[in-house]
Amino acid sequence: MLLIHCPYCEADHPELEFANAGEAHIVRPREMSNMSDEDFEAMFFIRDNPKGVSLERWRHVHGCGRFFNALRHTVSDTFLKVYKAGEARPSNDEIAKLIK
Amino acid sequence: MKNFSALSLAREAMRGHKGWEKHWRSPEPKKQYDIIIVGGGGHGLGTAYYLAKEHGLTNIAVLEKGWLGGGNTGRNTTIIRSNYLYDESAGLYNHSLNLWETLSQELNYNVMFSQRGVMMLAHNVHDVQSAQRHIHANRLNGVDNQWLTPQQAKDYCPPLNISKDCRYPVMGAALQRRGGVARHDAVAWGYARKASAMGVDIIQNCEVTGINRAPSGEVTEVETTRGTIGAKKVGIVAAGHTSVLMEMAGVRMPLESYPLQALVSEPVKPVFPCVVMSNAVHAYISQSDKGELVIGAGTDSYLSYSQTGSMHILQHTLDAIVELYPMFSRMKMLRTWGGIVDVTPDRSPILSKTPVKGLYVNCGWGTGGFKATPGSAHVFAHTIAKDAPHHINEGFTLDRFRGGRLIDEAAAAAVAH
Amino acid sequence: MTQPFRIKGAGTLPHTRTIQFTFDGQSYEGYEGDTLASALLANGVHLMGRSFKYHRPRGVVAAGPEEPNALVGITRDRARHTPNVRASVQELYDGLNATSQNRFPTLNFDIGALNSLMSPFFPAGFYYKTFKWPAKAWDALYEPFIRRAAGLGEAPTESDPDRYVNRFAHCDVLIIGGGAAGLAAAQAAAEKSQSVILCDENPAMGGWLLADSDIQIDGQTGAQWAANMAAELATRDNVRLLTRTTGFGYFQHNMVGLVERITDHQARPEPSQPRERMWQVRAKQVVIAQGSIERAMVFPGNDRPGIVLAGAAQKWLNQYGVSVGSRIGVYTACDTAYAAAFDLHEAGIGIEVIVDYRKVVDETILAQAREHKIEVVLGATVAQTTGRLRINGMQVKTATGEQKEFDIDALLMSAGWTPSLHLYSQSRGKPVWDEASQRFLPGESPQDCICVGGCTGTDSMEQVLAEAERALGNKPRKFDIEDDVSTDGGIIGATGNSTEKGKAFVDFQNDVTAKDIALAVREGMHSIEHVKRYTTNGMATDQGKLSNMHGLAIAANLLKKPIPEVGLTTFRPPYTPTTFGSFVGHTRGPLFDPERKTPIHDWAVENGADFEPVSLWQRAWYFPRAGETMHEAVDRECRTTREIAGIFDASTLGKIEVTGPDAAAFMNIMYTNSWDKLKAGRAKYGIMCREDGFIYDDGVVGKLSDTRFHVTTTTGGAPRVLNHMEDYLQTEFPEMKVWLTSTSEQWATIAVQGPKAREIIEPLVTGADISAENFPHMSVVECKVCGVPARLFRISFTGELGFEINVPADYGRSIWDAVWRRAQPLGACAYGTEAMHVMRAEKGYIIVGQDTDGTVTPHDAGLSWAIAKSKPDFVGKRGMMRPDLVREGRRQLVGLKTSDPGKVLEEGAQIVEDPEQPVPMKMLGFVTSSYWSGTLGKSIALALIEDGSLRLGETLYVPMADEIIEVEVTGTVFYDEKGERLHG
Repeated sequence: MLLIHCPYCEADHPELEFANAGEAHIVRPREMSNMSDEDFEAMFFIRDNPKGVSLERWRHVHGCGRFFNALRHTVSDTFLKVYKAGEARPSNDEIAKLIK
Repeated sequence: MKNFSALSLAREAMRGHKGWEKHWRSPEPKKQYDIIIVGGGGHGLGTAYYLAKEHGLTNIAVLEKGWLGGGNTGRNTTIIRSNYLYDESAGLYNHSLNLWETLSQELNYNVMFSQRGVMMLAHNVHDVQSAQRHIHANRLNGVDNQWLTPQQAKDYCPPLNISKDCRYPVMGAALQRRGGVARHDAVAWGYARKASAMGVDIIQNCEVTGINRAPSGEVTEVETTRGTIGAKKVGIVAAGHTSVLMEMAGVRMPLESYPLQALVSEPVKPVFPCVVMSNAVHAYISQSDKGELVIGAGTDSYLSYSQTGSMHILQHTLDAIVELYPMFSRMKMLRTWGGIVDVTPDRSPILSKTPVKGLYVNCGWGTGGFKATPGSAHVFAHTIAKDAPHHINEGFTLDRFRGGRLIDEAAAAAVAH
Repeated sequence: MTQPFRIKGAGTLPHTRTIQFTFDGQSYEGYEGDTLASALLANGVHLMGRSFKYHRPRGVVAAGPEEPNALVGITRDRARHTPNVRASVQELYDGLNATSQNRFPTLNFDIGALNSLMSPFFPAGFYYKTFKWPAKAWDALYEPFIRRAAGLGEAPTESDPDRYVNRFAHCDVLIIGGGAAGLAAAQAAAEKSQSVILCDENPAMGGWLLADSDIQIDGQTGAQWAANMAAELATRDNVRLLTRTTGFGYFQHNMVGLVERITDHQARPEPSQPRERMWQVRAKQVVIAQGSIERAMVFPGNDRPGIVLAGAAQKWLNQYGVSVGSRIGVYTACDTAYAAAFDLHEAGIGIEVIVDYRKVVDETILAQAREHKIEVVLGATVAQTTGRLRINGMQVKTATGEQKEFDIDALLMSAGWTPSLHLYSQSRGKPVWDEASQRFLPGESPQDCICVGGCTGTDSMEQVLAEAERALGNKPRKFDIEDDVSTDGGIIGATGNSTEKGKAFVDFQNDVTAKDIALAVREGMHSIEHVKRYTTNGMATDQGKLSNMHGLAIAANLLKKPIPEVGLTTFRPPYTPTTFGSFVGHTRGPLFDPERKTPIHDWAVENGADFEPVSLWQRAWYFPRAGETMHEAVDRECRTTREIAGIFDASTLGKIEVTGPDAAAFMNIMYTNSWDKLKAGRAKYGIMCREDGFIYDDGVVGKLSDTRFHVTTTTGGAPRVLNHMEDYLQTEFPEMKVWLTSTSEQWATIAVQGPKAREIIEPLVTGADISAENFPHMSVVECKVCGVPARLFRISFTGELGFEINVPADYGRSIWDAVWRRAQPLGACAYGTEAMHVMRAEKGYIIVGQDTDGTVTPHDAGLSWAIAKSKPDFVGKRGMMRPDLVREGRRQLVGLKTSDPGKVLEEGAQIVEDPEQPVPMKMLGFVTSSYWSGTLGKSIALALIEDGSLRLGETLYVPMADEIIEVEVTGTVFYDEKGERLHG
């Protein structure tokens, strides 16, 4: 069971309080109607599924209820960073630094 | 290849078993192959076998980054059944079941396919409706599946608790008598042995680190920890690692990889005669030839390539097992293990050509790939050899998500594989 | 004479209480503090089990959890039978009733032992090579035979009456293992005021110190030192000591699972006590002090009863006061076996010979042997042993090739000590091969965890204690240590030519010999995982604690590869077998899953309802009167509702309050419908899709004001719908000023349906005019019912004039009673979910999840009218436009009329055009809902059928197993097609 830091509650809580909500930073366009089938497929179905750092969403569903983002390594399951929804995606440089 | 039989076993017994050959050759990789299969699990080795046997293609290498059958082939609960709802799925899994029935003889290797029957429990009205829908569709598709009352289910599986006092009482069950279990390692070894005998190079400890393409787009070679190897065609059969490999060829996949756990109990004398699955309470159980209760757990909710999972997942599974079989509370968990399952958006596999010429992919089996091993390997070999799908896997394309023509077994029935 | 092998003056058991127990029906005596194994040994009983494959007679080998042979069944009563209990760790209690396993008819004479004679035909992996013909014979003949021979104990047959409990705990330092290292670490941590949990699998702290009679720490014996340390720790508030507690699993982020055995050692367990307690400990730091496990020697005939690990013999003597024999031989490659031999010799037991595999041995040890007048043969091997149910002799081959024979009744063996890397490896640490000491040691720790003591390969007590202090960041203190014996050295692999000749067992329980490993290698199994799986080495109940390193070394040797290149099999939880019940805890029966009941549930119980589970809810299914079948009850409930009125508990419906200035805009995004024009006080049926365009949920939504919507969802859908809404609100439309609140539990919902519905509720309602003119169908008003604030909907899921009264849940029962007091005299009834289903199907109203299945669009379900095409955006809009979702030939919802009106179709039955076609048939679709309609006097059904809307009037067929049913495709509304009754 993972131990997850909620950036809103600013506390560590057990995984049982959270729900994973899939890949982060997927942009849903406001003008959906003009999207091509390929773009729709990329948005809704295609996933990074990295062996390495996963940029993913969690919801503190049995806590504050907020969605937030996390960087987690999918081999060690170590969380490298958590941050609030709406904050910018960490740069690749920052991610590389966090791995070290 | 030396034949395996009771007679050869007796003959070898007389001379201390000194005359047995290696199951498969372990050659150094050649510079160039017609076809490279990436992934030495059951599906990959089977693909190489059927390419050699059915299509006469033997200039083939199977590249395995670790040891044969070390991925999900060796990490599952070996349940085999074909009572799927949709025509596409029923066709594919039933094709596989037919091949299972003669696989030991075909491979001259006892894969211990045991048709003990697979029973799927219904615990509420919705389960009953779903099971009935499956049974009716299966009958018209020529797939055996029958409805059992709670008492009939208990007669078939005496440890089952059908008491009304259960939190989710058993309201009935769907039984596929042709379903069962097999010995997972034997499937990998049997395919490897026969494929090797026909000339396929089986290369272990050889991790693919790159897939190179010509300027015109087609695949030309793979880079590995044992050097660069040329290939006209490459088939990716890498389960949880498919996304990683396909990325090397520039193809992004509709896949997510999750940890899936299973466990066995200490061995006991025969007590559980069949396979029972319950999707509503999440419990899958059978007893191995060795006497261990083999129990499948659920997946964790997050991506992971760690081959380990959380303890609360094991707890939920055992909660369900003890609820359905209260006498097993005093049994002891002996060993747990984890695999990495690659899951598609519709929970059905992908057996398909790809946008890259000469590149083929067989993935997305989620929690249910073992049962499909022979059928999947057989039609995937066809797809590679002919550069076109077999009619059985026509629907299982990589691009079905774009158009929306899904094969959504999970949505249709909320059924795990 | 009882207990002939109990040695006077030896051991630390008080001998104050004699304990009676039985083994295979025979009564024996032991002492309080004994294990089952030590007590049986005291009585001269070595034979305790039979091996898995060859059914060879086996004695106890080890004194700890690594024991592979002495597995017994322990039976307290019919329901409390536990198979595969290790006699080496089972504590003795009065009346303990143990039976041997895997033998027929008796342990001494087991027919299965014929397998042993046939063993040349049953090498590793034999079953892959044969039993293939005839194909059907595997299921019918071979497999049942193999299964009967396999397995060990008998599974329990009755429901387990014992209780198990679960606890979560947090601490600064969790220490696993209460030997010297663990105790020292605990003290160091405790003195730094850290919260400490120290656990040990044994009944007392001390570990190996309890078995070592020589060692002195600060002038005390090892056992005294350990007892004093534990006593001192027990006085501290910041330390929790857990004995009989095994750390079995190391999971992510420093969570460790412990299981505490509470009653298995008690003669008469307190009923108030649980049998076991599972601890899930989250620790800031974990200290692993698991120690090391002694290896057996691998030589021909190494499995006879009476052949034991030297350390085990030493423990039985020094802790339990028991000798394993009277004429004892020793076969070793490690110094520690000498200490065992010397202890036994000093207790007056004959040591016939020490056979040392090593050519060179430390002179001080040899000098000690000479003082004890014990013959030592260096550079020698044991070539064979004799004896059927107990060893009675051994042949020794000396360095010069000379053959010597010894009459012995026990043989101690030690191939050295393997550091226990189980929990370290489970923590995802990677063991590192240490070439110098020829063993795997812990490498870096990926989690906040540190290994100390024997499990790091530390051989001397002084260093063990220093390591423990350093682990906690302390400067090591100076301990005064005397008479320490190093665990250094030893051999891994087989001795002599065991891979060629004889039966030299590597895995005792699974009967894997050195020759089997050689065969696997010969057959191309070159990875250690293949060797393990092909031979089953290391897969027995001890999970390779004795066998893994030997198997690996034998394979590496044959492959002429360094050991790390062949690989180490992965350690996986649990460390030792762990009871299912301890994982389950209280989660059984009613506590398996929370059971949700509505405020009106008790009324339904009192009125004889039968219930159906729907997600977590128990819902009243129908209310049978005396003598009524379900069918009759449902018919009556429908008829009464349509003729007079019915009341229905709809409280399980999910409810979400959507409020805020942008509430309507948000509803526009989440639902396919348009909410712009809906006036306050009006309600609307809404459909929710996911982005893919398939129906996700539905429900009626009431608009209470411009900024407030009362949303209802399906019973099972409430949590996921709220999550779905929150997701879009928080992450896609965070600028919207909207707040979402789950109100499912806040409101009790009472549906009153039927021609007399208004007459029933009108006198109860205040603050609203609910006349037909002023409160039309699809209206909502906030008012009072029986003086209680309420939200009243004019709404119908039956097609009749209908109302739904929402009142605060606490008033649910009293308002229901009030409604019932009005309804009953008018002849109305209460109806359950089945009648609700029938009536809604008569009207063609869908149930999401029954008439849709996750592949159905609103268009498919005939709900195109509910899609606001002019809206620029809603969730699912783009997905619905994908080619496959707009193609021809999609399955669409229609009604079915059976040619025989009395025939009720089966739900799930498939529909075809040509029932005579061969299998596999082309199926057009299937029946989603099907009922007998008492109102219409005929069956009705809904179905999803390819191009259904174009097929109205067509005749299709439903092929059943025993008949073909003819049906006509119709519209979905069977009753009151014009909807006049709604407006009644």
